Amino acid sequence: MRLGEIVTAGVLALLSIYMMWKSTELDIGYIRGSGPGGGAWPFWLSAIMLLCCIMIAINWARRTSPPSQSTEPVLDAEGRKMLIQVGGGLLVFIGLVGFISMYGAMMLFLFYYLWFLGRHKLWLSLLIAIGVPILFFFFFEGLMRITLPKGMSFTDPFFNVLYEIIY
Amino acid sequence: MEILQLLGHGLVLALQPINIALIIAGVTVGLFIGAMPGLGSVNGVAILLPITFLVPPDSAIIFLAAIYYGAMYGGAISSITLGIPGASTAVATTFDGRPLALKGRASLALVSAAIASFVGGTVSIILFTAFAPPLAHVALNFGPPEIFALMLLAFATFVGLGGDDIPKTILSICLGLVFAAVGFDQISGAPRLVFFDISGFLHGINFLVLAIGVYGIGEMLWTIDTTRGKITTTEAKISVAGVVADTKEYAREGWRGTTIGSFLGFFVGMLPAAGATPGSLMSYGVAKMLGKDPSSYGKGNPDGVAAPESANNSASTGAMLPMLTLGIPGSPTTAILLGGMVIWGLTPGPRLFADQPEFVWGLIGSFYVSNFFALIINLSFIPLFIWMLRMPFTILAPLIFVLSIVGGYAATNDMHDVWLMLIFGLGAFFLRKFDYPLAPAVLAIVLGPIAEPTLRQSLLLSSGDPMIFFSRPIAAVTMVCAIILILLPLFKMIYDRSRGKSAKTGNV
Repeated sequence: MRLGEIVTAGVLALLSIYMMWKSTELDIGYIRGSGPGGGAWPFWLSAIMLLCCIMIAINWARRTSPPSQSTEPVLDAEGRKMLIQVGGGLLVFIGLVGFISMYGAMMLFLFYYLWFLGRHKLWLSLLIAIGVPILFFFFFEGLMRITLPKGMSFTDPFFNVLYEIIY
Repeated sequence: MEILQLLGHGLVLALQPINIALIIAGVTVGLFIGAMPGLGSVNGVAILLPITFLVPPDSAIIFLAAIYYGAMYGGAISSITLGIPGASTAVATTFDGRPLALKGRASLALVSAAIASFVGGTVSIILFTAFAPPLAHVALNFGPPEIFALMLLAFATFVGLGGDDIPKTILSICLGLVFAAVGFDQISGAPRLVFFDISGFLHGINFLVLAIGVYGIGEMLWTIDTTRGKITTTEAKISVAGVVADTKEYAREGWRGTTIGSFLGFFVGMLPAAGATPGSLMSYGVAKMLGKDPSSYGKGNPDGVAAPESANNSASTGAMLPMLTLGIPGSPTTAILLGGMVIWGLTPGPRLFADQPEFVWGLIGSFYVSNFFALIINLSFIPLFIWMLRMPFTILAPLIFVLSIVGGYAATNDMHDVWLMLIFGLGAFFLRKFDYPLAPAVLAIVLGPIAEPTLRQSLLLSSGDPMIFFSRPIAAVTMVCAIILILLPLFKMIYDRSRGKSAKTGNV
């Protein structure tokens, strides 16, 4: 945790410097007749962020914050496994939206989580994994008139069947 | 006397069978729309606006007002049961609602939210009925310096009373404010902070992307990591006796927040630039500041649910006030309602009360009736919401992830934001490990689009002189309160040190 805290503060300091630099693309001073420039607000806020990072680093060196005193790892083996399984699952879910549609990706993610991670019975996993996307389809496309991504054209026949029910 | 007579006519109109049916339908639909992450009252009202052309204008506005109320109640449901704010107005409800649900007290949180919403709604309608036109003029006297001072006060409560690491809290606020500045500069129109020149940043970062990332994905990863996914069920129980006991506990613990939220929410709701979201966040901050034990807020205090919930309902009525009396909408939802009124052939503004008294008082009457039905419908759905919490965690978790991703997409219709949400979720997971408070960042991204332009306009008005914030009475008082709150941790540190020294001297 101790190493993690200073690394996090360092990453946030870099982010602050990047945002300060990015803010200078617009004026960061006071322009007579038109008030503070467009970059002033984010520039000075990022500068305050940088100051905060320095204060966090001082507290870390003085070992006053709880994480700076901790000898525990940020993520143990079990935690890393969880992050890879769940975070990775989410990454694949979002990555698949453009190919097999939001509903198809949702179906696969639900099945993966329920059956593989949750170790639920196959019939229950299938029931939820298929039922929820269908329910979402009618709620979003039918009731709310909000279209979610449909992926590549090979998914069209499936959606045409569902659209026929709505219209 | 004349007002009571007109109000009586309004209530008679609202209590007609067709209108009652519309109110019940509107509140129920609104409740579920409000409970969906990514969708709020503005979506419900906008989507169902065309349907209202089928009924007379009186009934149409009653239906829309019922959806508005239902959605305000509904926003709290996902905040409490799933930990994801259903709408921006319910962000503050998550702070204490979610910890209560995790303690197995979801029923107390839901009952507090429902009753506080009802009280907030009722108080605001009474204020509306009694003081409509003069109050609208007071709100108009709030210029940019006053509004900026109010925003600063909201941030100051987190610094002064948050109880978290001060540099980390300030960093969190600044991060949220910078994220709110991404997109286009509101004054010059130039692109600003388009990170790595990715075009998705041009439309800015929607607050829901950060809120769902933090509370949906980040919070779930945190829960799975800390419990090793071994949560099977939450000990949420529901019974009539339990609801009665929760109501008594709410009355004991939540009255302060409800009172603050009902009045402050109404006033902030009336301000043209503000609306229900800042109203609820500020009420939470003030309730915490004046609470018996400020450190218990954020850990499951029913008062922390009551304050934002009474405020967002109160503010939603308050936002109607400038819309009806001056023709200036106080929130996006009232802007759509205003559009609807114009389509129905009504002209909002000072003449509306004189020219269309039946419509105006019918609407006010429908506020009373909608508010009452919203309470009944909300309370009767609590068992359903509690049932959701009883689901095994390995079923609830993937459903929350799915809702988060779909909600994030529905908010902006852009996959860029879904990716950003995942990054925020992972970032929030790690930042939380190192004790960074994240609620201030969410508050800041919501209030940033109000804070920045009001600061710039104020400085423009004063030719760059910051004393403008201290030369106007309302702004000055608010600013002084905010500065005291920001300096409070410093005073506390000096006090603690001097006490430590004197204790040492005493020991010697």
